[in-house]
Parts: sequence; structure tokens; C-alpha cells
Amino acid sequence: MVTLTIDDQNIQVPEGLTILQAAKQVGIEIPTLCYHEALAPYGACRLCLVEIKAPQPALVTSCTYRVEEGLVVQTDSKWVQRTRKIILELLLARCPTSKVIQDLARSLGVEETRLPTLGTEEELCTFCGLCVRVCREVVGRSAISFINRGPTRTIETPFKIASEECIGCGACAAVCPTGAIKIEDIGDSRLLHNWHTTLKLTRCKICGGYFAPQEELESLKQQVPLDEELWEVCPDCRRKLSAHKLPHHLSSY
Amino acid sequence: MAFEKAGAMIAACKQRGGILLPLLEDINAEYGYLPEEVLRLITSELGYALSQLYSLATFYNLFRLEPRGRHFIQVCQGTACYVRGGQRILESVEGVLGVKEGETTSDRQFTVESVRCMGCCSLAPVLRVDEDTYGRMRTGRFRDIVKKYGRNER
Ligand code: FES
Ligand code: FES
Repeated sequence: MVTLTIDDQNIQVPEGLTILQAAKQVGIEIPTLCYHEALAPYGACRLCLVEIKAPQPALVTSCTYRVEEGLVVQTDSKWVQRTRKIILELLLARCPTSKVIQDLARSLGVEETRLPTLGTEEELCTFCGLCVRVCREVVGRSAISFINRGPTRTIETPFKIASEECIGCGACAAVCPTGAIKIEDIGDSRLLHNWHTTLKLTRCKICGGYFAPQEELESLKQQVPLDEELWEVCPDCRRKLSAHKLPHHLSSY
Repeated sequence: MAFEKAGAMIAACKQRGGILLPLLEDINAEYGYLPEEVLRLITSELGYALSQLYSLATFYNLFRLEPRGRHFIQVCQGTACYVRGGQRILESVEGVLGVKEGETTSDRQFTVESVRCMGCCSLAPVLRVDEDTYGRMRTGRFRDIVKKYGRNER
């Protein structure tokens, strides 16, 4: 166990936790954007900055900084507030029309940005990298990545064409905090607009409705031990069919 | 096989522990760009995702994803060259060749790129064709320079 102080509270937490996790344990909320429990800490958005007083005074990202003995943390000091507001102004300049970013900014006391928006009126991507990371770390496909550098940086598939790795699972869209990734099911196809990829959907053996791309089912089959025929029915029918014999956590597949 | 040399480079890289950047540099130097086929070969041989390779290849200025023309023209836009009209030099090059910076002429003779300072600011504005450096450039001069590297050369 490690003893530290967060917002004047003395606490003990297991070694290896980040400041963010430790704070959570004692009910202190720190705003985050690029953090997700299921993924390795990344430290991109800087929104989770906190001030540490000891060992030496500094601003650190709480999602990446591991607790240490005698650490003194202030999650909402003047310094933190001031810096966080600048970060929010930067985010607002990048994604001025994102409802999520606007709300986040407002909830932390920032109404508008003093920075110019450089032709990013339509932009929703904050570069938090969650989509890239979930595809690599959880789905295991690495279908997309950051490309280019500086002002032309963006997230893309290799060569900006349909990805052979994309299984159409939609994890990227699900994890995106600002809704920047558009996925649509139209008829028998799933369209992943951002990734130039269209995949054919499989029909449910029972109700006949389209439900998932073959590629996704194939990939899930490798990871989840289900009876072969259960993969041929849609989640709704599957639930009816086998609610009793499936372990609970699998029934949502 | 069209990319035999690349195959050998990849094998050698594997021996060295699969460190990627030096390999990409070697391949880029060998072919003048990173051919898609070779990148795909790296994914299967070294286990990197294609997206990772594409990410690196687009991050560094050094790498190209398209073959270069026979002659490589670099127009300096560094501070010294810029203030001495480097931009107009670039425009004149683009005008004469009918391509934009970063592009290659359709006959694959010339690729134009801008660079930030070539380290000879006293000659500003500077332009380089392959290994030849041309200092104190004037907009009208490029037309004559380009003749030296004409189609029938080599
Ligand atoms: S949540 Fe820590 S840097 Fe984004
Ligand atoms: S700025 Fe062009 S050579 Fe230095």
C-alpha cells in the first residue's frame, strides 16, 4: 500500500494505481477525455492535469502518473483550473461545434475560446486516439492509425482506402467521445464512412434480419466459445433461444 | 521477384531484432520511395500492422509513398530564402513544370518539393536539382536550368 494526500485527504491505495484511479476510490472526480478503463493510459488530452506538491511541484496528467509514497496532490488548485481552462479553449478552437466539447467546457467554466478556429468548423475529432487504441488493444486489428504530422494530422486507414483489417465491429465509433465516426447500416451493408469501408451484413437464421458483418462474426468466433449455430442468429433471437444456457456476460454478443 | 533487395533488407532487419525505422530508411533510399508491396511484405515478415507502417511513412518528411521523378527539385523555403523571395522561386518552378509542390510531372522527369533551409543561406534564395545547388536564384532562371535536365539526358 502507498500513502498519499489528495485534496488534503490522507489515503492509502494499492501500489501501481494512477492518481486518477486513486482519486476515484475516494470519490474525487477529475475530468478526462482520452482516458478509458479498458485501454492503456495515453495522456493525450491533458484534461486530467492535477498539481502535485511533493516530491516537487508540477502539473502532471493523473491518468498516467502512478501514485508514490508521500505524494501530495491537488486536483482543483488555481494552477490546475487556469491550465485546464486553456486546454478547454484549445479543444473548443479545434471542435467549435461539438456539443460534447461545448458542454464539457461549460461545465468547467469556459464559455468560449479566444483562439481562432482554423477552418475546423465541422471538426469533431479531438485526437484523443481512443478509436485507434481500441482497434489495436481490444479488437486486435489495428485497422486505423494517426497519419501525417502537424496541421495535416488525421486518423485514417492505410493508403486511405477500404481497410482489409476492419471487421466493422464499430468499437471505434462506440468509444469516440464526440461522435466523430459515422457508421450506418443500410440494407445488407454496413458503411464505415470514415474508413472508406463497406461490409456485407449477415442475415439472422431465425428472423431474417441483417445484423453483423461476416468478418466481425469470424473474428468473435476466435475469441468467444459459443455453439456454432448461435453465431448465425442475431442477438435478439439468440437471447430468446438460449438465455438459460449462456453465461450472462456473453449474452450481449 | 520485383523487390528482391527489399526482401533481403527485411530478412537482415529481422536478424537485428526487427527495428523498423532504419529498415524504412534503407528501403526508401533504395527505391526512392516506400512501395506498397514492400510495406505489405514487412507486415507479414515482421508482424507490424500496415496502419503502423503507414503512420510512420506519413509522419516523416523523409519517406515518400510515390516514386520520385528522375530528377528531384528542392526549393528552399527556409527563413533566409523565404525573405529573399523563395516563394516566388517555387511558384516559377511550379509554373514551368505545371505541377504543385510535392507532385511529380506526368512524364516522371521531375518531382518538386520545398525544404526548410539547406544550410547555405548566404546563397539565398536557393534551389537544388539532384546534387546541384543553384544560389541567388531569379524567377526567370529556372527555365534555363531545367533544360540541362531534359528528357533525353542519361
Ligand atoms: S485523460 Fe489524462 S491526458 Fe487525457
Ligand atoms: S534558408 Fe534557404 S538555405 Fe537556409
